[in-house]
Amino acid sequence: MTVQSPFAGASTRPETEAQPARAASSIRIEGLSKSFDGAVSALSDITLEINPGEFFTLLGPSGCGKTTLLRLLAGLESPDAGTIHIGDQLMAGVPAHRRSVNTVFQSYALFPHRNVRRNIAFGLQMRGTDAAEMDRRVEAMAALIGIESLLERGVHQLSGGQRQRVALARALVNEPDVLLLDEPLSALDAGLRGRLQVELKRLQDQLGMTFVFVTHDQEEAMVMSDRMAVLDGGEIAQVGTPQAIYEQPSDLFVARFMGHENLLPITHQDDEGIETALGRIEGVFTAGSHLLLRPEALKLHTNRQAARPHFEAQVIECLYRGPVTDYRLRCGEAQIAVRCGNEGQRRPGVGETVQVEVAPAGTATLQG
Amino acid sequence: MLKSARDSLHLLAIVAPGALFIVVFLVLPSLYLMGMAFTSTGPSGLPALPFSLQAFRELAGFGFLGWSPGNLYTLLRSVWQTFLATALVILLAYPAAYYIASRPTRWRPLLLLAVVVPSWTNQVIRSVGWMNLFAPGTPISDFAVLIGLTEPRMGLFPSQFAVIVGLVYNFLPFMVLPLYAAFERLDHAQVEAARDLFASPLAVFRHAVFPQTLPGLMAGTVLVAIPAFGMYVVTELLGGGKATMIGNLVARQFADATNWPLGAAGAILMILATVGGLWVLRRLGRRLGGDREVVL
Repeated sequence: MTVQSPFAGASTRPETEAQPARAASSIRIEGLSKSFDGAVSALSDITLEINPGEFFTLLGPSGCGKTTLLRLLAGLESPDAGTIHIGDQLMAGVPAHRRSVNTVFQSYALFPHRNVRRNIAFGLQMRGTDAAEMDRRVEAMAALIGIESLLERGVHQLSGGQRQRVALARALVNEPDVLLLDEPLSALDAGLRGRLQVELKRLQDQLGMTFVFVTHDQEEAMVMSDRMAVLDGGEIAQVGTPQAIYEQPSDLFVARFMGHENLLPITHQDDEGIETALGRIEGVFTAGSHLLLRPEALKLHTNRQAARPHFEAQVIECLYRGPVTDYRLRCGEAQIAVRCGNEGQRRPGVGETVQVEVAPAGTATLQG
Repeated sequence: MLKSARDSLHLLAIVAPGALFIVVFLVLPSLYLMGMAFTSTGPSGLPALPFSLQAFRELAGFGFLGWSPGNLYTLLRSVWQTFLATALVILLAYPAAYYIASRPTRWRPLLLLAVVVPSWTNQVIRSVGWMNLFAPGTPISDFAVLIGLTEPRMGLFPSQFAVIVGLVYNFLPFMVLPLYAAFERLDHAQVEAARDLFASPLAVFRHAVFPQTLPGLMAGTVLVAIPAFGMYVVTELLGGGKATMIGNLVARQFADATNWPLGAAGAILMILATVGGLWVLRRLGRRLGGDREVVL
């Protein structure tokens, strides 16, 4: 995964007027550990490579260490062990204010005694940028983010979404090597959040900057990331593309965290197939303790000529959601969730017996 | 909204006692005092007709022997000593408040108590305490002689130095408490944001910490400077005539010197000076407060 040239990520990105394409930085984390008060281990032995220009997400439940990792990158905490390289530079002993890294904080942390313009200009001001250049860059960034009209407002006059944009502009205007985002959308309502997810992703594409994004929301992580790392109890459970992590989770924790329900203990496995509570499924599977069936990769048939492999089940719940219908099926002891696209076929009702077709590509075996 | 005469009668019944109290014990005496300042000095110093500006002429320094700058000096000394004492209180209280607010929660009430407890003792007794500490021959005075601060056998009191120490000691808690409150609810995210945005430790203080404590600082300054400006006990006991402030001047007119109209004029001057001081402070708060002005 190592990309040698620091220019590799930026070279394929389109240039914009507001922000010329620039060298994005890679991040190399080796053996990083951090504990607080000597007791709780917030992070243990993290090794991770983030490519230049990548939208990389740290995903996990609260307390998994994702925010600690972000703070270590920002220089707001110092590690107990291990190293961080940003680009080619070793970060050990470099304080936060000397790192070309900026953060969008969860609470935004805008300065209430400064108006929007002077909030955005803060980093430039601290670096001694001259006034004309500062105005030019603040205005260009405000235009890029779409907050030109807010520049002279006070922070207390802004809505949550506007504050979020100001916080983003305040960080981006410094053209950092890496932008860190600590759950920047979590305080917003669902609709606005969805819009800003798309905006943020486009912006990152446009700037070609390395983004490290922290969230506990797996859907948000999947929508936005080029790659992501799932963290569990201060350790990395899995690193990969959203598709790889969703379709081939490495273990039960990752599978459950990604929202999977159909996780069946494997009772027997041989060269030709596996057995679970649903019965035997023929095929070549890698060794594992559980079988994952993705609900959208299962097909329901109401006639008897279903393709193989399949099993028989009874519909116990049926939720129509517009584009899809979510079914809950009982098959012996086991319950299975199935999601079907509503393409106009007859939908089986509650109580009906159906044949469930298992597409081999929609399955995975994983470790407990 | 008042719905009926009955409601307004209720409201009147609730407000009336307080309003009456204020009128009788604050508004009327103030008017009386202001009126008195414009009377002539009668026999034994009491106010007498006709109305005149004699008291203000005296206050400005015009007497039987022509103009003397004594009162002007007293006013300037009052302003200077108030300024000096307030500045020293800020310098002492700021780190103290920060220190207390950064202790574990269970220690804070005890530390705050330690700050407040001395003010439970009477002001006079505390000033007498300082008199004893600063008298000639005490270790403190001997040390002051040693470093050349005062001459042998003189002691540190009475002096302007003793007055300033007394003022600082008296008013320190009134600055520590509002500053502590400001530090306690300090938004640390702003501090981290400043660090993240290339602010050096000094710049972090200047741009992320100081603005957040400014309202507390302003409140503390008002709580310290106004009573310090009118201080009379401490200057009387520790100054021994060397550091008299306008409060002493006013008090003397109503006691020993018995010139009530002059005392009333002095009191009016104090009120005007205080209002002027608040106005300056408010301007300062606006300038320091950035885009969000700090209103007193």
